[in-house]
Amino acid sequence: MENIGLIAFLIPASPLLAFFIILLFTRHSKLASDIVAMVAILFTWVLAGILLYLALTTPHLGEEPLTAGLVWLPLGDAVTDSLRMGVLVDPLGAVMLFFVPLTATMIFIYSTGYMASGSYWTEVTGEGDHDAVDTAGRKLKKFDATAWKARFMAFIALFAGAMLILSLADNLLLLFVGWEIMGLCSYLLIGFWHNRVYANQPKRITPMLAGIKAFMTTRVGDMPMLVGIAWLYSFTGTLNFREILYNPEVLEGLNVLAFPNVPALAGVTVAGAIGILLFMGAIGKSAQFPLHTWLPDAMEGPTPVSAMIHAATMVSAGVYMIIRMFPLMSAGWDGHALTLPMQVMASVGAFTALFAATIAVAQCDVKKVLAYSTISQLGYMVAAVGIGAYVAAAFHLMTHAIFKALLFMGSGSIIHAVEHGEEHAHHHGHHFPIDFDAQDMFNMGGLWKRIPVTAWTFLIGGLALSGFPFVTAGFWSKDEILADAFAHNPTVFWVLAAAAFLTAFYTMRQIGLTFAGEPRTHAAEEATQTDWRMNLPLVVLAFFAVFAGYVGVHEGFPVLGKLLGGNFFHHFVGSTLLKEPEALAFSWAPVLLSIGIALSGLLIGWLVYVRRPLQAEDEDPLKKVLGPIYTLLENKYYFDELYDLIFVRPSKWVSEQIVYLLLDKQIIDGFLHFVARFFEWLAFRNKDFDTYVVNGLGDSVAEGIGKTSDSFKYVQSGRIQQYMAIAIAGVLMLVGVFVWALFLR
Amino acid sequence: MNSPFLLTIITFTPIVAAVILFLMPDEGRLDPHKDKERITSLRTAIRCIAAAATFISLSVSLIVYFQVNQAYAAGKTGFFLEDGPWTWVPQIGISYHLGVDGVSAPMVLLTGLASFCGVLISWHIDDRPREFFAFFMLLVAGVYGVFVALDIFQLFFFYELAIFPMYILIATWGWKVSREYAAMKLTLYILVGSVVALVGVIAMYFLVQGAGMTASFDIKDLIAARDAGVFDQPYVTLPAVLGGGMVSFAKAWFPFIFIGFGVLAGIFPFHNWSPDGHVAAPTAVSMIHAGVLMKMGAYAALRVGVMLLPEGAQMHLPWLIGLTLINVVYGSLIAMVQRDFKYVIGFSSVSHMGLVSMGFATMNLTGMTGAGLQMFSHGVMTALFFSCVGMVYDRAHTRDIPSLGGFGHKMPLVAGAFIIGGLVSMGMPGLSGFVAEFPIFVGLWQSAQSLTLPGGQVAWYYAVIAILAVLGIVITAAYVLRVIQRVFFGEFDESKWHDPIGDVTVLDKIALAILVFWLVAIGLYPPIMETMVSAGMKPIALLLGGA
Repeated sequence: MENIGLIAFLIPASPLLAFFIILLFTRHSKLASDIVAMVAILFTWVLAGILLYLALTTPHLGEEPLTAGLVWLPLGDAVTDSLRMGVLVDPLGAVMLFFVPLTATMIFIYSTGYMASGSYWTEVTGEGDHDAVDTAGRKLKKFDATAWKARFMAFIALFAGAMLILSLADNLLLLFVGWEIMGLCSYLLIGFWHNRVYANQPKRITPMLAGIKAFMTTRVGDMPMLVGIAWLYSFTGTLNFREILYNPEVLEGLNVLAFPNVPALAGVTVAGAIGILLFMGAIGKSAQFPLHTWLPDAMEGPTPVSAMIHAATMVSAGVYMIIRMFPLMSAGWDGHALTLPMQVMASVGAFTALFAATIAVAQCDVKKVLAYSTISQLGYMVAAVGIGAYVAAAFHLMTHAIFKALLFMGSGSIIHAVEHGEEHAHHHGHHFPIDFDAQDMFNMGGLWKRIPVTAWTFLIGGLALSGFPFVTAGFWSKDEILADAFAHNPTVFWVLAAAAFLTAFYTMRQIGLTFAGEPRTHAAEEATQTDWRMNLPLVVLAFFAVFAGYVGVHEGFPVLGKLLGGNFFHHFVGSTLLKEPEALAFSWAPVLLSIGIALSGLLIGWLVYVRRPLQAEDEDPLKKVLGPIYTLLENKYYFDELYDLIFVRPSKWVSEQIVYLLLDKQIIDGFLHFVARFFEWLAFRNKDFDTYVVNGLGDSVAEGIGKTSDSFKYVQSGRIQQYMAIAIAGVLMLVGVFVWALFLR
Repeated sequence: MNSPFLLTIITFTPIVAAVILFLMPDEGRLDPHKDKERITSLRTAIRCIAAAATFISLSVSLIVYFQVNQAYAAGKTGFFLEDGPWTWVPQIGISYHLGVDGVSAPMVLLTGLASFCGVLISWHIDDRPREFFAFFMLLVAGVYGVFVALDIFQLFFFYELAIFPMYILIATWGWKVSREYAAMKLTLYILVGSVVALVGVIAMYFLVQGAGMTASFDIKDLIAARDAGVFDQPYVTLPAVLGGGMVSFAKAWFPFIFIGFGVLAGIFPFHNWSPDGHVAAPTAVSMIHAGVLMKMGAYAALRVGVMLLPEGAQMHLPWLIGLTLINVVYGSLIAMVQRDFKYVIGFSSVSHMGLVSMGFATMNLTGMTGAGLQMFSHGVMTALFFSCVGMVYDRAHTRDIPSLGGFGHKMPLVAGAFIIGGLVSMGMPGLSGFVAEFPIFVGLWQSAQSLTLPGGQVAWYYAVIAILAVLGIVITAAYVLRVIQRVFFGEFDESKWHDPIGDVTVLDKIALAILVFWLVAIGLYPPIMETMVSAGMKPIALLLGGA
């Protein structure tokens, strides 16, 4: 077991190394970069498999998980105070270790194919691979598409490394490290086409702005999370998962009032406050209401690989974190009254699940539908954690990651096919409007025959998403959440059930619009299946989308429960906690309800969109039914506009007008300049004083003496008579004074 | 330690270089047409001398750094590598005394990095290079001197020595539009601040003398006086407005000394000189200026203010932390709306330096260690920022953000370096910024739980400050991303620029690589600096009751 540290270290290290190698050395060759990335991820996959095997064969993994570590950030002086960086593979970690490397490897394979060709290369450069000439006639450097492709592989390698760091981390700080690096990757990948602008669609967000939006929005959630981490650390002196979450004393210690002196927050415990702060991080990362707005715009990333990252794996990080921190969130939970963070999670999650599902109904962009469905499904998991359905949340996290990855890659495949079709049709003399959108489902239709592999796998993924009974993984995991909700919290159950109905409906709508009927454009007519590197992952994931669910079938389920040998997943993951959560007794009501809901949603979708497929120029039938509500949904309840109005603009205005111009320039600088002017004025007055008083005095004394002397010079006339007269006058005067002094006084 | 004179070598190498440079022939006397070759070789010689001097100092700084590290690892405490004390002006107890500890050793290294890289990227300066580099060397020597001084008078001496060439460098080689205004503003601000602090230190000297102890400016004597409680005796009667009663020297003088030095660290509302100064200065000077000079203020405030007057710190830092919070949020808000590329970075320095003082104000080991790391991290980061800005400006001849764009295509390495710097500034884990900022937040929170105010209650509002300061970090991400997007990403418009815009030189790349290396190294493996800073901060934190 000594090698666990090394293996666990190499798992994230090898994609990270690939990132550096590609950026530093192989960025001028697509083939070499692909090879580096593939070798790295396959190596990781194998190692993860070994580690997973070790974990699965360890008896009582929950009590004695696999760990290793070293001191990373020594805070304070004792070693015990330090933040150690280590790995932890407990049952929950083993789940991550299963699906993260799997989906990551599939993305890598898919990317090598996806980045090989595509019309966007001409779009990016505007000139293709030819030397361009600018307006002044100068020859421009040939556009280096290879560097872009290589850079893309580097970014997803970095992403994979970060996701693996997060999955293996044994403490909250290391988790946060992976978390933030993924935030960076999302920024880099969404904004990958950083010079793309939509001249013909002024309202559409550009990739660069979408990247910034994603980064900033998730950051708003990350910062409270950082505060929560700081609080947790200063309160408990550790951030290690095991030391906090597997330790009844620490959990008990956290269950004290946080603000005993503040009446408004009287009932909040320290665990509750920290839990809410941490959950804010998950709200941002997992795109829960009200920080959900970044995720649909994230679809501006390279179609669809980054979309898959942002929807299938990275956003799972938020849910993973709250599942991981569940013992903290639920500290003091007696099984009945939910703790504050749990209440918040249950409400936010359930609301988001329904809210996002309504928006998804009215979207036209094939990727945006999936984006909103992701938000909605993450809401399910958050709500599940909120009502205490720990295992169910982890189960849905795993199955969702698999089938959503499948769906996103499928949608990428569709878009790719339509783009190819557009190119072909162009060659054949068909012209397209300048704002032709290859992602708009209304430009598709009839793709079933054109791209069968994609169609079949997409159907499997879609059914899994809708929870089609018995044969899809999504059914088992969603059913478990619904069953838990049914037993503990009817309100949450009905909200989630409504969302499940919408989910089934919009999934069928998507499948119908895309694949059914006849092609509505020439692009769809000439769409072709893409190369094997894009098909293989679809097939692999479709396999898991069907079979991954059988690990968690309820023991009490008729026939299957017995056949599959009991609920393996529940016992395995449940042992992560100190006290294994009790499995609910099997009950028919929620099962039948959820089957009914899924099937009725699918059926209505089928009736509207598949049985009578739309023709070219047809309007969405939903528009007629819903009327203005459709517009509201299509515009996502105008949240983007609202946030712009109440956050973005005011903060800019305040910074510019109040802080910068008024405070800094007018008041502080103004005061400074006033002081300067005052001293200048004083200096001039001083100068005046110097000139007129000090100098004036000296000058006037000198001048006075000069003048007096001047006037005396006339005495010096040279005439004897005059001298004599003056002398006599003087003598007479003296005599007079003498006489006056002696006799007259 | 058995390697004497290392610190003296570090400090005096640049001074010697400055003297040599001033003795070199004046190229102004040569005919620019006839003596072309002579001028070229002369300039090469000048640049090489400057590079050699800064390189020597940098190398010795590295040696010093690792020796200090080893000393701490061996369990030693106090100051290391001492030179002196040698009497300088015996009548009033001034001596020449150098030494470093865990706080100053990283600062010395930072100075070495910023000055060497500064010389590398100023290679192309052809307006009176002899004078430029000579004054630059003097500036560098002054900064080194402050960080290694163990005599407070000597500290002031070098402090002023650094400011004088700074004025000349900005006013002569700076941005034509604002250089005179900025140079004047900067010099006056810093001088006024340091004079206030100087008066405080002189008062301190006489107080020690009056108490009958060894009166000198040597920091060890002052520490002895502090430990004997000289600064805590009743000293002055407060005016009735402030509540009357007698207060100790420490309590009365601490705010003046702390803010007096704090001016140079850009503490609100005395921060205003710094963005103007940064922007007006030539690139290398901006690097030193924002990267190192501001740390000099923070360092002196810590060394003289907090360390010698801990009782005053305990009384005043709990309200001064409010000013540091304003720094953090205010600076980043302004940075968000700037049109001038360089002003963005200038105001970001105001914001980040606020975190340094905020770390001091946590008054516990975790937070103060974070502050020490932030000084280094921000120093390297901002030097990197300013060098990138300079490289863009040298080619584009404008810093107006909306008119730039697509420069990543032309100078990919600069774009990469700038992005890494940006990530550091927004606290991305794996880079040094996070390693510095996270402990500050933990420290704030620890203080919120356990710091007792002079009034007896717990300083709960430190938690509020942590939450508000976090806002500043969110805004930081906003302005950094905005700049990256507008300047480096997007389409490059060839028709906009008259001269073809090319990539940077090899020397520029070396400079960028050196700076980036430290940001990444500390981020990936913090103990290479964290243990040392923590050990250096520990005695100070102990005085404040927070270790």
